Amino acid sequence: MKANCWYGKTVMRVEEVPDPQILNQRDAIVKISSTAICGSDLHLYNGFIPTMVKGDILGHEFMGEVVEVGKQVTNLAVGDRVVVPFPIACGNCFFCKSELFSLCENSNPNAWMAEKMFGHSPAGLFGYSHLTGGYAGGQAEYARVPFADVGPIKVPDHLTDEQVLFLSDIFPTGYMGAEMCNVKGGDTIAIWGCGPVGQFSIRSAFLLGADRVIAIDEVPARLKMAEEGGAETINFREQNVYETLMDMTGGRGPDACIDDVGMEAHAPGILFAYDRVKQAILLESDRPHALREAIMCCRNGGTVSVIGVYGGFIDKFPMGSVMNRSLTIKTGQAHVQRYLKPLLNLIENGDIDPSFVVTHTMSLDDAPRGYDMFKKKEDGCIKIVLKPDANGNGHASVH
Amino acid sequence: MSTRENNDETNRAVSHKSNKQNGTQHGLPSGNAKRLAAGLGWFSVGLGLAELLAPKAIARITGVSEKRTGLIQLYGLRELAAGVAIFSQKNPAEAVWSRVAGDVLDLTSLSLACLSPDAKRGRITFATANVLAVTALDVMCARQLSNGGHKGIQAKAACIVNREPDQVYAFWRDFRNLSRFMKHLESVEEFADGRSHWIAKGPAGMKVEWDAVIVADEPGKVITWRSLENSDVDHAGAVQFQHAPGGRGTIVKVNFQYNPPIGVVGAAVAKLFGEEPEQQLDDDLRRFKQVMEVGEVVVSEATLLGNGYMDQRPGRPPDASELEQAESVPSQIPTNYESTEGRANQR
Repeated sequence: MKANCWYGKTVMRVEEVPDPQILNQRDAIVKISSTAICGSDLHLYNGFIPTMVKGDILGHEFMGEVVEVGKQVTNLAVGDRVVVPFPIACGNCFFCKSELFSLCENSNPNAWMAEKMFGHSPAGLFGYSHLTGGYAGGQAEYARVPFADVGPIKVPDHLTDEQVLFLSDIFPTGYMGAEMCNVKGGDTIAIWGCGPVGQFSIRSAFLLGADRVIAIDEVPARLKMAEEGGAETINFREQNVYETLMDMTGGRGPDACIDDVGMEAHAPGILFAYDRVKQAILLESDRPHALREAIMCCRNGGTVSVIGVYGGFIDKFPMGSVMNRSLTIKTGQAHVQRYLKPLLNLIENGDIDPSFVVTHTMSLDDAPRGYDMFKKKEDGCIKIVLKPDANGNGHASVH
Repeated sequence: MSTRENNDETNRAVSHKSNKQNGTQHGLPSGNAKRLAAGLGWFSVGLGLAELLAPKAIARITGVSEKRTGLIQLYGLRELAAGVAIFSQKNPAEAVWSRVAGDVLDLTSLSLACLSPDAKRGRITFATANVLAVTALDVMCARQLSNGGHKGIQAKAACIVNREPDQVYAFWRDFRNLSRFMKHLESVEEFADGRSHWIAKGPAGMKVEWDAVIVADEPGKVITWRSLENSDVDHAGAVQFQHAPGGRGTIVKVNFQYNPPIGVVGAAVAKLFGEEPEQQLDDDLRRFKQVMEVGEVVVSEATLLGNGYMDQRPGRPPDASELEQAESVPSQIPTNYESTEGRANQR
């Protein structure tokens, strides 16, 4: 089969690899109809996540048709159309029973690596370095899906791929980012980052009852999409974020702040240079500019929700601000499995149509070009969907 | 209390092996520790005789009820046995450890005696302080004796399993199951007489084999085993099962030791565990947890081949020849295991 493989920093190749097989009895094999490039894939592409091996297949947002099931999978049948959550979860351990699926204790066979880095291991993830299992990813024609009796959700035929594909990651991730804000009526929520996850956080915050959402980014196309979702926007290249937010909220600050950016934040001025240099010489693995700013801006007693991906260590963390002002910090990789049904219901009811986020559709053959385009945010690129069964022509169809 | 007893079992089973090794192959313990052991031996004999012959006087001195003279005489016998054991062994570490266990028993009895209506608390406190001082000496001495020579390969690790202790115990007690999650083991066969034959995978297709017996076996609580005297490999292991608080399954603690002999077999055993035996045991326990909770060892494309450490294959599907090389592909193992059925019931 064809698969998009990582060969080093910004080096991707689509190549022929063996077809996947059932390795565990609760596996299924899925023939992929649509798969997407995630913002967090760019952390791998840019070489910021350790424990990658040359030849790794990337991709953790995918859906398709079940073509084979293991002996212990009784809830799925060949021919079912399913969306696959990006965390791999067993359904049996303490954390799965507590619905903390991205913390599954049994799904990361390389837990020893994660323990060295994080103290304890989170769940295994598809196509996201060996630290989280070394599983083959879904930017391919087929994928092996472990614990297929727990993860994948069957989706109805009347919804298009673009409407349900993002149940795999960015919709639940954006939603959990907003849910962690414990939104109450009258709340103002500020959101750093208007990438695909930020876009879903904006819409989820409104669905959860926020009165006002303020979104922060620098890319005009993203700010425009945020405004289409009902958010007021701040371009951090043009306006001072703290001063603008204080002005908009009468000096109190937003009730909750969501960091939808993560470890590769961009920022104006000297602080960005400081973090970028420290990151380059490995004194700091992550650039936490958005997180620092979200903490400083949040109102007293408010919540900072961190759903953007961090990989390692940061410095100049304003702990004094967190402690003295009674802030709550909530974090986590999305526990996707617990959001699948409720969010699919929202889609079926017409409360949200996730296909709004797609800007480009390409053949899987053109994935390397897609990564380059997404990284450089060329051509208004916000979200790329890859089609394994389309022929590559080097071009994307633009939406 | 059961936990402490279990720990003593564990220590005894494992320290037994290290003593033998220390005493016979890798040099004797230091002179100081031996002199201290001798002093403790004489102390044991003296106290034992006094408890045996004058239990009422001992009861008065320690402030415990004079109705307990029978128990005091029993403790006297125990002291005498410990003293004799210290003088009769070349390396008395095990005998000194048994004194530590005795001290724990003494301390427990003294604290229980406090509850008796005719107890004299001041005297009991004085006696307790004395026993604590001796316990400290015993522990120091026993540790010096145990660590005096070559340590062999030792490892301990723990995990928590989302199943009841009885179920976890039953799976482990069937030693044939061990090779399902212990990477270095090829097979364990158990015979009707309680002995078992263990085969470990050595480097370059070599096999290392030994026979073992069970030393202690308390259903739902603890299993300890050790290799027979004439084995090529000197091995001992212990596993304890404890209820996790709040009904959150079972805490499993494993402790084992290999004392590799000199020569080819020894080199093979050393190679099996490499630099990080504890890491390997950790991973064995993780696989054990997977088998107990999800019914099989979980594999990714990266960990299907090799030792699952630094020689990771890429995260992409294996080809036919790689699948053949794989030691085991879980989906190809028969499913009629207890744990797999258990999983179905649990869901």
